[in-house]
Amino acid sequence: MSAVLSPMVRMAAVDKRYGDYPALRNIELEVRAGEVLCIIGPSGSGKSTLLRCINQLESIDAGAIWVDGDLIGHRVVGQTLHPLGDAQVAAQRRKIGMVFQRFNLFAHMTVLQNVIEGPVTVQRRPREEATRKARELLGRVGLADRQNHYPSELSGGQQQRVAIARALAMQPQLLLFDEPTSALDPELVGEVLAVMRDLAASGMTMVVVTHELGFAREVADRVVFMDAGAVVEQGPAAAVLTAPQHQRTRDFISAVIK
Amino acid sequence: MTSLASSPMVAAETARLPRVRHRHVGRWLAAAAILGVLALVVRAFAQGQINWAVVGQFLTARSIITGLGFTLIMTVLAMLLGIGSGVLFAVMKMSPNPVLRGVAEFYIWMFRGTPLLLQLLLWFNLALVFPTIGIPGVASWRTVEVMTPFIATLLGLGLNQGAYTAEVVRGGILSIDFGQTEAAMSIGMTRLTALRRIVLPQAMRVIIPPVGNEVVSMVKLTSMASVIQYPDILRSAQTVYYANGLVIELLLVASVWYLGVVTLLSLGQMVLERRFARGRVRRQIAAAPEVALPKVEGAGA
Repeated sequence: MSAVLSPMVRMAAVDKRYGDYPALRNIELEVRAGEVLCIIGPSGSGKSTLLRCINQLESIDAGAIWVDGDLIGHRVVGQTLHPLGDAQVAAQRRKIGMVFQRFNLFAHMTVLQNVIEGPVTVQRRPREEATRKARELLGRVGLADRQNHYPSELSGGQQQRVAIARALAMQPQLLLFDEPTSALDPELVGEVLAVMRDLAASGMTMVVVTHELGFAREVADRVVFMDAGAVVEQGPAAAVLTAPQHQRTRDFISAVIK
Repeated sequence: MTSLASSPMVAAETARLPRVRHRHVGRWLAAAAILGVLALVVRAFAQGQINWAVVGQFLTARSIITGLGFTLIMTVLAMLLGIGSGVLFAVMKMSPNPVLRGVAEFYIWMFRGTPLLLQLLLWFNLALVFPTIGIPGVASWRTVEVMTPFIATLLGLGLNQGAYTAEVVRGGILSIDFGQTEAAMSIGMTRLTALRRIVLPQAMRVIIPPVGNEVVSMVKLTSMASVIQYPDILRSAQTVYYANGLVIELLLVASVWYLGVVTLLSLGQMVLERRFARGRVRRQIAAAPEVALPKVEGAGA
């Protein structure tokens, strides 16, 4: 209902500093429901920070972020913003799935336990139902036969696919990917991108921080180029990647492709 | 040299030579020397003024077994209190709340900073400071009646242990990559749930060896409580030898029990360590513990 009118993510005048260092500068960004947005840019440009601010793994110093119509991290009381408590922040994160560069699978749990942990512990769903759903998801990412393995027994690409299944198990409205293929051996990148392509085709709203320009060109609806904590340019994937307007974007793209 | 190695014929011949095992002369010499010393020690004890029959007889004497019971009960309870307060104060010390952090730092500073013996004596003599204790206006008791040797020993040993265990637990928590906490929060867990479900179970692997060490040490520390009249096994042995004069025999009885208990505990520690190593070691899939879940056709290894 409201999702049709308001974007899935809206960032308005967002600033973030680490001490004196400005990590994000006056970010204005919208992600529509069902859209795949890729964020590209040199390392240290603030791409990951931006992503982490959306699900409150980082706090922002100014501006505001809405996800699915909800103001993130604060509530408005009269003319002021009041910070939310730990439990309310946790509840807001349940709508948002996240996939990390280093996978971060729970090392003491099997693949299946990793995937049902959120539904069972956080959403309090019955274990049988969660298990059935988890097996479906593991089948979808091609790992049905690995459910009783521990993460340390899997390749990086397999671990990342489990991490995607774990995020999906929470039935999120939005999926955030923080350089999901950067820690993988080159021959394992394809299997993770294939799963992500499949997700995008299913209509999932995704924000992907990536260096895979080929993936961005093929899958992204829009591409955002960031540099030095600011959005330099954004637009349809083909436009930004093949006919960038700014010199910095052109330099970056030619450096990556070469 | 180069000519030898580079000659294909010599190389092929050398590669075919039979291999002889390392002789380990040092090991044999060391074993012989130690066996010799051991024989002397055994002979000395056999000929010494020890009545071994008495040792055997008192091993299962009623007062000794009762003392053993008190030692074991106190070890378990004091360790439970120590681990409980240790986890609590470790979490408090890592809290973003400065008040909780301050309290934890003060507790650890205070209980690590004074001798255990002194703390036991302070608890036992608490009545000198507070003749009555309780909640003002609700209930109150005479301190001498509450602060029995049992309670004073439990508080003394348990809270002292807590200060050390807190640091062990904190070290364990710090050893877990923060990415685990972030992943837990990203599926909607609160910080506390993430700690309980994700971080602490993994930290156990690091925490168990030092805590096992502390349990073993606690078995023996309970003997210190004999100064405040706690009837542990060493005190029971002393009571007996004050009466019959068989000092060494009774001390040996206590030693046998201490060694027996510590041996059992060490075995228990091994079992625990294996359990919490889950997911850390590559293992044969055949040995995988089955997840207690209904099977689905076509799934599973």
